[in-house]
Amino acid sequence: MIAADLLVAQNIGFAIIAAIMVIGALRVVTTSNVVHAALWLVVVLAGAAAQYVLLAAEFVAITQVLVYIGAVMVLFLFGTMLTRARIGVETDLNNKNWFMGVPVAVLLFATLAIALNDGFGDQRLPSDSPVVSTQQLSDQIFGPYLLPFWALSFVLLAAVIGAIVLSRRD
Amino acid sequence: MNAAVLSADLAYWAQSLLRVLGGLVAVLLPAGTIVYLFLFKMMSFMQSRLGPMEAGPYGSMQLFAEVGKWLQKEDIYPARADRFLFKIAPLIVLASTFLLVVVVPFGPDAWFTDFEAGVFYMLAVSSVSVLGILIAGWSSANKYSLLGGLRAAGQLIAYELPMVLAVVGVVIQAGTMNMQGIVVAQNAGSMFGWDGLGNPYVLTQFVGFVIFMIAVQAELTQTPFDMPIAESELVSGYMTEYSGFRFLIFFIGEFATAGVFSMIASVLFLGGWAVPFSWFGWTNLNDIDNWMNVAGPLILFTKMVVLSFIIMWVRFSFPRFREDQLQRFAWKVLIPVSLVNIMLTAIFKVAF
Repeated sequence: MIAADLLVAQNIGFAIIAAIMVIGALRVVTTSNVVHAALWLVVVLAGAAAQYVLLAAEFVAITQVLVYIGAVMVLFLFGTMLTRARIGVETDLNNKNWFMGVPVAVLLFATLAIALNDGFGDQRLPSDSPVVSTQQLSDQIFGPYLLPFWALSFVLLAAVIGAIVLSRRD
Repeated sequence: MNAAVLSADLAYWAQSLLRVLGGLVAVLLPAGTIVYLFLFKMMSFMQSRLGPMEAGPYGSMQLFAEVGKWLQKEDIYPARADRFLFKIAPLIVLASTFLLVVVVPFGPDAWFTDFEAGVFYMLAVSSVSVLGILIAGWSSANKYSLLGGLRAAGQLIAYELPMVLAVVGVVIQAGTMNMQGIVVAQNAGSMFGWDGLGNPYVLTQFVGFVIFMIAVQAELTQTPFDMPIAESELVSGYMTEYSGFRFLIFFIGEFATAGVFSMIASVLFLGGWAVPFSWFGWTNLNDIDNWMNVAGPLILFTKMVVLSFIIMWVRFSFPRFREDQLQRFAWKVLIPVSLVNIMLTAIFKVAF
């Protein structure tokens, strides 16, 4: 019997998006073309944005689209297309240490799973989880979390200046 | 559309159907208007010729003739193209346009979705079209196409920033990122106590308005910024290999996006669908009479035509930027100016 607070529609939506994300993630590493791999990664990142929408976190979802799809992936594609993007199957994409990634991935998954399970156990999100509005979010960032926000800004500024220094020839 | 009005009588599926139809109208009608009024007729008059005259009165049916022509053409793709990506690239560009129109309010109850972070959403989805353009350029298996796609990506990323920064001034002044909220803030506002015109932000945020329109021009790759499709250098850039229906989709996407961006600009800077509330003694969104749901879209459409007239006017009047001039203009002129604009807006907001 389906409990009344199980949120059937949300769960079905979650399952579909999650399945698309898993398939996309597998295709990122198995496809034989660099540009295709990058585009499958776009599918995974867009899926993450969709999951945020399901969690009623619209600001985070939009940020995901703006930063990852609109900027990071475009730069990825820009870079690969400038340098080595051939159309069709490429044979030399895997190097011989590729299997080293498997234990790392398993370890990461295990750590996350244990940490989440340990931390939250059988807690459930309330079925009418409140929508965190953008205004509340910004009140938090520019209120109690102002100092970490500033620190992050300085780290990013340092990274930008570092990139300029590294790429300048004169 | 008309969600609050119709929600009492209509089932969810019927509302959704209405929204889809409304979305089609909101995307295709501006595109058709801009192509006929400006691309066919105004350009012809500026060049001392008549333009299309045969199909219908003053050539007004020319549009349907053109669409029929494109639909009949063979769907050609290059032998070495990446066929799947080649086919979906125009659809990604058009999808970005449809995603954009979703947040534009057309009347007090006539909106598709009342996103709280509407402005932010608009900026995010407008960058999705870059992906489609890059894919189109790469999958064509053509050096000119690839160069056009790369130029487009570089240009669109560069002009995304001034656009974001220009909008920030409006957001600070309105105190909300909701498009509907921005419309209300402008029309319920007053200038020095006089509320006969409301407070359209084109007056207080004129710098932001100019920067926004320049950035829109660049995002649309219209002429002073048409390096990605420069026909004298790159044939027609990322669109070189496209013909028939797929070219038509790119074409519709270009002019529909021009229309949607004009609508967004009129919402942000010209007061959107509303008239100044003091004219009819309204004070907030709930007072507004129902007829505004009909008049609102017409008012917004008029403003859209005016703004897209400016876009097309600039397009037909100016020569093309050089690539380095284009990048320098974005990074060394527009971004610093818009940062100063944000700073001044914030100071005035706190001071008053």
